[in-house]
Amino acid sequence: MAVRTQSQHGRIRTSSWLLRGASILLVFGLWEWAGTIPVSIAFPRFTDTMSAFVEMLADGTFASAYAETIGPLLVGILLTAVGGLVAGLVMGLSPRAEWLGLPLIIVLQASPSAAIVPLITFLYGIGFAAKVFAVVLLSAPVIVLNSYRGITNTPKSLLEMSDAFLAKRWQRIWKIVLPAGSGLIFAGLRLGLAQGFTGAVLAELLITPTGVGDLITFYRAGADYPYMFAAIFSIILFASVSLTLLQRLEQRIFRPEMRPV
Amino acid sequence: MTDTPRLSSHGAPGTTGFSQEPAIRVMNLTKEYPGGIRALEGISFDVPKGELTSVIGPSGCGKTTSLKIIAGLVEATSGEVVVNGTQVRGPGPERAFVFQEFALMPWATVLRNVAFGLELRGFGRKERESIAHEYIAKMNLTGFEDAYPHQLSGGMRQRVGLARAMAVDADILLMDEPFASVDEQIRRKFQEDLLRLLSEEKKSVLFVTHSIEEAVYVSDQIVILTRGPAQVSNVVRPGIDRTGDPQNIRRSSAYLDCVESIWVELRNYLEE
Ligand SMILES: Nc1ncnc2c1ncn2[C@@H]1O[C@H](COP(=O)(O)OP(=O)(O)OP(=O)(O)O)[C@@H](O)[C@H]1O
Ligand SMILES: [Mg+2]
Repeated sequence: MAVRTQSQHGRIRTSSWLLRGASILLVFGLWEWAGTIPVSIAFPRFTDTMSAFVEMLADGTFASAYAETIGPLLVGILLTAVGGLVAGLVMGLSPRAEWLGLPLIIVLQASPSAAIVPLITFLYGIGFAAKVFAVVLLSAPVIVLNSYRGITNTPKSLLEMSDAFLAKRWQRIWKIVLPAGSGLIFAGLRLGLAQGFTGAVLAELLITPTGVGDLITFYRAGADYPYMFAAIFSIILFASVSLTLLQRLEQRIFRPEMRPV
Repeated sequence: MTDTPRLSSHGAPGTTGFSQEPAIRVMNLTKEYPGGIRALEGISFDVPKGELTSVIGPSGCGKTTSLKIIAGLVEATSGEVVVNGTQVRGPGPERAFVFQEFALMPWATVLRNVAFGLELRGFGRKERESIAHEYIAKMNLTGFEDAYPHQLSGGMRQRVGLARAMAVDADILLMDEPFASVDEQIRRKFQEDLLRLLSEEKKSVLFVTHSIEEAVYVSDQIVILTRGPAQVSNVVRPGIDRTGDPQNIRRSSAYLDCVESIWVELRNYLEE
């Protein structure tokens, strides 16, 4: 029985890989075709974009740009993740904190944070701190709200079970509450990471012309569209790779049963 | 685990030598849930040491509630529970609970679930896993150590919950319908296993069940509850002679009469 389900898993996995590959090829094909027409002079062909991509990868343009963007991104996400988890835990465990914090976060989530980014300059100037703040501004609402949701959604039966078997408070949080909420918490981190990346690039486009945001500005100014699109493409690639890594991390720490065989 | 020898004659001061105190004494428990739902209306009974006591009663009458109050998981509105001479104020190491709805961690393997009580008590990995392996074998789960709960049948999950409770080696087992999710043949086998295990390990057991036959077959004493809010309707000691072939025991007149009289009593609470 176990053998059969495994081979079924295998079949589903290969077919899902095939499907994924086919859809990626389709998108690239359409991109190439749209570039050949061309839809707009600012829209390069896929192949041109890729050769620009390889060139920038080889000559270190990406390396230096990302080195500059990743710093504030990581610091900002780390700050928000820790702060968000703590806020989520406090709100999940104390009704008074919930009463105080929840409306604030919902307002924050509904507000157009991106529009506030240019104003950061007044508070934090144009340096590292400004970028970090932009990352936090965009990523915080979704991270905090999801942590809170994950933490308050622990099944009551598991809490009772941990009580019955004499879990101490930290054991209950680390061994029950966090694994039970890890799905929502990590979904929040993934969305937050994407948002935070947007924040970092926005800050680079609007406040401090550095890093990946500056690559886009620079090549647009010079009408080097294949390079500009290669930079955008690298952002998408970077985002999806880091999201996948985050998912692996979650499964490794908390949810081994969801790991593909 | 500091386990006091069961036959020690020098108990705490105040405990008299031979008139044995019960494992559990339930005194006048009432419970009103927030929202005004009354679940218990003053129930009292004893669970003698080393015996198996069942609680039986109509669906929704408050069986789980009373078990959880005894476990220290739910607070009583009034009344008290005394376990081994001390008043219950919360969960304790001398009591282990088997949950009606299993309460297994979906992210943990069978092995980790079974060892979880020991993990929380700070046992090292080697030690707790070797203890867990022992109870996994006793519960016929060998070969499934690395499976996750979603890969198991309901009956197997229930056995994981049983093994977890047995593994912490508590004197008192509180079991909430532990055999509800297995079919009749396996259920009978479990009942045999439970009786064997109890005679080996000398635990005091409080056992909630829906089945009159099961209660009569496994119990030294049966507490019959009325319709909710529950009161104790009657306490019966079936006194079945369990030596010999299980088939014959189930056909004996003592067994059949006891089943019948409990059925007649419970029927009062079904009608109206
Ligand atoms: N947490 C709760 N909050 C409010 N009411 C509850 C709660 N738990 C149980 N009740 C109510 O208390 C009563 C007794 O419930 P309980 O679960 O103890 O019954 P039971 O005898 O175990 O039922 P079953 O035979 O279905 O297992 C029911 O009316 C139930 O709706
Ligand atoms: Mg119940």
